[in-house]
Amino acid sequence: MYVAVKGGETAIAHSLDLIADRRRGDRGLAELTLEQIDHQLGLAVDRVMTEGSCYDRRLAALAIKQARGDLIEAIFLLRAYRTTLPRFGDSQPLDTAKMVPERRISAAFKDVPGGQVLGPTYDYTHRLLDFSLAIAADRPEAPTAPADTARTLPHVGDILAREGLLEPPPATPDGRPDDLTRQPLSLPADRPLRLQNLARGDEGFLLALGYSTQRGYGNNHPFVGEIRYGHVPVAFLPEELGFAIEIAEIDVTECDMVNQFAGSQDVPPQFTRGYGLTFGHAERKAIAMALVDRALRARELAESADSPAQDEEFVLAHSDNVEASGFVQHLKLPHYVDFQSELVVVRALRADVEARRQRAAEERAVLGQAAE
Amino acid sequence: MSGELGSSDGALLSARNVTKRFAGRVACRDVSFDLWPGEVLGIVGESGSGKTTLLNCLAGRITPDAGSVAYATASTGTVDVHRLSEARRRLLARTEWGFVNQDAREGLRMGVSAGANIGERLMAVGARHYGDIRGTAADWLARVEIDGDRLDDRPATFSGGMRQRLQIARNLVSGPRLVFMDEPTGGLDVSVQARILDLLRGLVERLHLSAVLVTHDLGVARLLTHRLMVMQGGAVVEEGLTDQVLDDPQHAYTQMLVASILPV
Amino acid sequence: MPDTSTPDTTIAEGAYNYAYLDEQTKRMIRRAILKAVAVPGYQVPFGGREMPLPYGWGTGGIQVTAAIIGRDDTLKVIDQGADDTTNAVSIRRFFARVAEVATTTCTEDATVIQTRHRVPETPLKEGQILVFQVPIPEPLRMLEPRETETRTLHALSEYGVMQVSLYESIARHGRISKSYNYPVMVNGRYIMSPSPIPKFDNPKLDRSPALQLYGAGREKRIYAVPPHTPVKSLDFDDHPFEVEHWSECCALCGSKESFLDEMIVDDAGKRLFVCSDTDYCEGRR
Repeated sequence: MYVAVKGGETAIAHSLDLIADRRRGDRGLAELTLEQIDHQLGLAVDRVMTEGSCYDRRLAALAIKQARGDLIEAIFLLRAYRTTLPRFGDSQPLDTAKMVPERRISAAFKDVPGGQVLGPTYDYTHRLLDFSLAIAADRPEAPTAPADTARTLPHVGDILAREGLLEPPPATPDGRPDDLTRQPLSLPADRPLRLQNLARGDEGFLLALGYSTQRGYGNNHPFVGEIRYGHVPVAFLPEELGFAIEIAEIDVTECDMVNQFAGSQDVPPQFTRGYGLTFGHAERKAIAMALVDRALRARELAESADSPAQDEEFVLAHSDNVEASGFVQHLKLPHYVDFQSELVVVRALRADVEARRQRAAEERAVLGQAAE
Repeated sequence: MSGELGSSDGALLSARNVTKRFAGRVACRDVSFDLWPGEVLGIVGESGSGKTTLLNCLAGRITPDAGSVAYATASTGTVDVHRLSEARRRLLARTEWGFVNQDAREGLRMGVSAGANIGERLMAVGARHYGDIRGTAADWLARVEIDGDRLDDRPATFSGGMRQRLQIARNLVSGPRLVFMDEPTGGLDVSVQARILDLLRGLVERLHLSAVLVTHDLGVARLLTHRLMVMQGGAVVEEGLTDQVLDDPQHAYTQMLVASILPV
Repeated sequence: MPDTSTPDTTIAEGAYNYAYLDEQTKRMIRRAILKAVAVPGYQVPFGGREMPLPYGWGTGGIQVTAAIIGRDDTLKVIDQGADDTTNAVSIRRFFARVAEVATTTCTEDATVIQTRHRVPETPLKEGQILVFQVPIPEPLRMLEPRETETRTLHALSEYGVMQVSLYESIARHGRISKSYNYPVMVNGRYIMSPSPIPKFDNPKLDRSPALQLYGAGREKRIYAVPPHTPVKSLDFDDHPFEVEHWSECCALCGSKESFLDEMIVDDAGKRLFVCSDTDYCEGRR
C-alpha cells in the first residue's frame, strides 16, 4: 500500500534519499557542474529563466541539475525560490532598440536598416544527427564580427508605424500594471497583465495555441516583422540618486508580429501588432507568444472571438505550467475518502435499480397469475 | 412620476428616443413607442435594419447610448430598465419577462433534461420541492405539445421545432407579463413554423401576454402581432395597426417589403 | 514531491523567513482572511505565492497556516483523516521546521488543524482553527467555467443553476448523487464549496464553534466560515440532504458513528472497514 496507515514518515525519508541517489547517477562519471549546464545546455537555462520569471543563469542551472533535466520541475524550483526574494523596486522599461544583436531578422522585408543578421540558429541546419558530437573533441571557434555597440537598431514596426501602416503600440491603462507574482489574476485582464501571463506561460501550450490560429482557429494573418535576440542593458532608478544607472546586461529575444489589418471605409486600414518577449534565446516561445497576444486582442479590435486562442479566460487560466503540473499530478495524492463516498453512493444507486427491477418482475408475475 | 421616466400612464413598456451606435455606425436611432398590456408589437425590417439591436436595448441586454426604456413592474411601480441595478434587472428578466432566442440552443441548457430546463426559473426564485417542480415542468411540456415521456431527455435529442417549443415553456413557466421574441420561427421548416406560430398565438391569448416580436417575415407578423413598427437603417419609418400597415403601406420602404412577399 | 532538503539547510542559515513567507506576504494574507471572516462564504482573491510544494497539494492551506501560525501554536495536519498519510507528513514536517511549532496528532490538543478532505470526528472547540486545502474554490465552476460569470452569479445570489444540477441528479438517478464537495449555503447568502470533504462531514460545518478557513493556492482564493455560522447543505424539501451510512463498523475500534475507509485485504476481494480518522480511532481502542 502506498499510503501506509503508519510509517509514512520513514518511507518519505527513504524516497528523498533515493531521488538524491538517482540524480547523481553512476558515481564513476564526473558530476555535472553548473557551468557546464549554463554553457552547454544554455537554451534549457533560457527556458527555465523565462518561465521561472527570474533572470539568473546560475540558479536556473542549479534548478535544472536538481530537477535532473525536468524543465517544468526546474521552473517550479526557480519560481518557489524567486517568490521569497525581497523587492527593491522595478527596473526601467527595457529599450530593445539599444540591443546589441546576436541575431536580427525580418520576414516582412528583404532588407531592413541594420541588415539581416542570422546569428546562431538551428534554422539552417540539416536535422541530421551529428555523430561527431558523440565524442568529446576540440571544436573550432566561429569567427565573429565585432559588435557595433554604439548604434541603435530601429524596430521594423516603428518604420511602418511612421507611415501610418501599422497601428501605434496598443494603449495601455494608466498607472502601474498589476504584478502577477504579487496579485491574483483579475478578469477581464488588460494587455499588460496578459503579456505578463504569456511571458511566464508554458512554451508548449503557447506553441499549440499559436499553431491553432495558423490552422484557422482564429487566424490573424501574421508576418514576422522582426525577431531580434541579443544583449540589452537593464537600468534602475534609485530614488535617493534621482537618475537611472545601468545595473546589468541581459539577453532577450523579442518578436514583433505584424498582423491582419483593421479599418473600414472611414478609418484608413492599418496592420495590427502582436508581441512576444523572452529571456535568453527562445524564438519559438517569442513567436508563439506574439501570435497568442494578437489572438487575445480580438475583442478590442472588434473581431469575432470564438476560437480557443482568442478566449482570454481559457488561455490565461491554463497557461501556467507550474499550476497545471501541480494540479494534474495531485491526482496521485490519496483520494480514498472521496472515492469511499462515491462507492457508497454508487452501491446505493445500484441497489435502487435492483429493487425497481425486482418490483417490476413481481408485478409482472402477479399480473401473469391474474391473467391465468 | 411616470412622466419623469418617459412613459405613458397605463403603458407596460415605454421606449423614448432609444439610440444605439456600434463603432460609429448607428444601429438604431430615436425609437419611441408605448406597448400596452396584452398587446403584441411586431418590429419588422430587413436584416441590418437595427431591429434586433432595438430588442436587446428594450430587454436590458445592451445599454443604449441615448434614450430610456420604462417598464411598469407588477408590484414596485414603473422603473427605468437601464438604471436598475444589474441584480434587479436580472431578477426582472427571469420573473416578469421572457426572452425567446432565434437559436433555441442559446436559450436552453443543452446539457440538462427538459424538466430541469423548465424548472430552472422556478428554482431560481426559491422553489425547493422536487415533486412540485417536476409536476409543473410536466404540465408545461404538455402545454407546448411535447410528449410527457421526454421530460428527462436532454434537448440535444430534440428536433429544432421541439427545442423551440421547450424554450417557450422554459420562459413562460414563471408566468411572465412580457415576452421578447427574436425571430422565434427563423431557421425552421415551414410546417414546423406553422405549428409554433399556432402555439404562440394560443398562449399569448390565453395568458394575456404582452410581447415584442422581431421578425423579417411579414407572414409571421400578420399572424401574431396587433401593431407593427417598420424599421429601415436604424429608424422607424412607419407604424400602425398590423393589418393597416400591411394592407395599405404608406412608406416606400414598407411598400417594397410588402410587394416583395408572395401573395398568400 | 519536491526535494525539501535544500530549503532545510538554507533555513538553518536564516535565508528564509519565520513560517517561510515574508512578513509583507503574511500581512496580505491576513487581510484577505479578515475580509473572508467578515463576509462568510465569499471567495476573497489574494496574491497567492509559489510555495515549495506543488499546486494542488495544499499550497492554499499552507499559505493560510503560515499566515496565522505562531510559536505558541500546536499544529495537527491530516489528509484523508489520517495524520500519517504522505502529504500530511510532508506538510507537518515543513511547519515543524520553518515555524518551529509543536505538532500533535491529537485533535483536542491542536490549536490549528490543516486538513485535506476530512473534518475530524472529535467535535472541535472554540479557539481552534480548521484550515482546509481547497483545489477548486468555485462551487459553480463545473456548471459555469467562466470566472467573470460565476462572480456575477454570486454577487446577485443567482443560484438557480446549482439547484438545477441537483434536480438533474434526482431526475437521472432517483436521488442526489453528489457524494463529496457537496455544496452548502453559508449564512443564507453565499453558496460555498466545502472542499472535497465527504458529505458525511457537512453537518460538522454547521454552527461549529471553531473558525474554518479555506485556502485555494492555485486559484488564489481564501474564504471562511466564522464560528457559530449556519451552514446548510443544499437539497429539496422532498429529497432532504442525508449522509453516508455503513452497515459495517470499524474493524479496529468498533465505531458505528465515524466515516469508514474500505480496504481490500486479500486477492479474493475481502473487505475490511476502518475509521478514516486515525486519531479518533486510536483514542477509542
